[in-house]
Amino acid sequence: MVTLNNYLILSGILFSIGTAGVFLRRNLITILLSVEIMLNAVNVTFVAAGRFRGLVDGQIITFFVMTVAAAEAAVGLALVIALFRHRETLSPDAFTSLKW
Amino acid sequence: MDLVVFYILAGVTVLASIGVVSQRNPMHSVMLLIVSFAGLAGIYIQLDAPFTAVTQIIIYAGAIMVLFLFVVMLLNAHTEDDVIPSRLGPHALKLAVLLSLVLVFELASAIMKLDRASFDAATGSISSVSAIGSQLYKTDGYAFAFEVTSVLILVSMVGAVVIARRPRKESRER
Repeated sequence: MVTLNNYLILSGILFSIGTAGVFLRRNLITILLSVEIMLNAVNVTFVAAGRFRGLVDGQIITFFVMTVAAAEAAVGLALVIALFRHRETLSPDAFTSLKW
Repeated sequence: MDLVVFYILAGVTVLASIGVVSQRNPMHSVMLLIVSFAGLAGIYIQLDAPFTAVTQIIIYAGAIMVLFLFVVMLLNAHTEDDVIPSRLGPHALKLAVLLSLVLVFELASAIMKLDRASFDAATGSISSVSAIGSQLYKTDGYAFAFEVTSVLILVSMVGAVVIARRPRKESRER
């Protein structure tokens, strides 16, 4: 019998992997991929909680999270392309012009 | 049996996600993320949510990952520059791994303390797509949020085009 805890712990592990990726990687594309992992971890939580309460709301919110992820990927990748055009690199350390 | 399937799917998902984070080639990262999404789709099916599983495959693996693949191939940046000195000192990597392990244990302890009384009423199946649809399009349900989503998509589409466009000649001469 799979309990709610199994799903929540899986979600926590995935979220931590995503967080580690955002902090460890030096590549803008991989950082965006890590954000996608974090969003998916949250989706697992929503669906599992909805399933164990017998509600469809979890799946509906997951649907909205996917929409936001699509919008985020589109705008984020457009920014990556624009930044790459300026500096010819994908390292976040190269984009520090706004840093005081 | 359920538990075995869950552990296989969860293992595939977690290993693929670790691969995404540890690969140096962005192309391999994208491919491994698709594997991770497939594992998650299996978990959604196990959770009685076939609609979410199918949208996971269609939207994530079919649309978002193709977008990522296009950008990776367009920029032609296969590896990351590895000789950037980190300003955080030589132990930055260890510190980051330690902090994410702390995050794992924090989340796990919070989950263990969860009041599960309200979640154990695992009633009948809720997997029907018509139940999701009627809740999604109901006026006192999620209809407003659904309509706002269309505005969000429009704004992000226009924004992506404006940001990624090449600067015009006259603005470059100024």
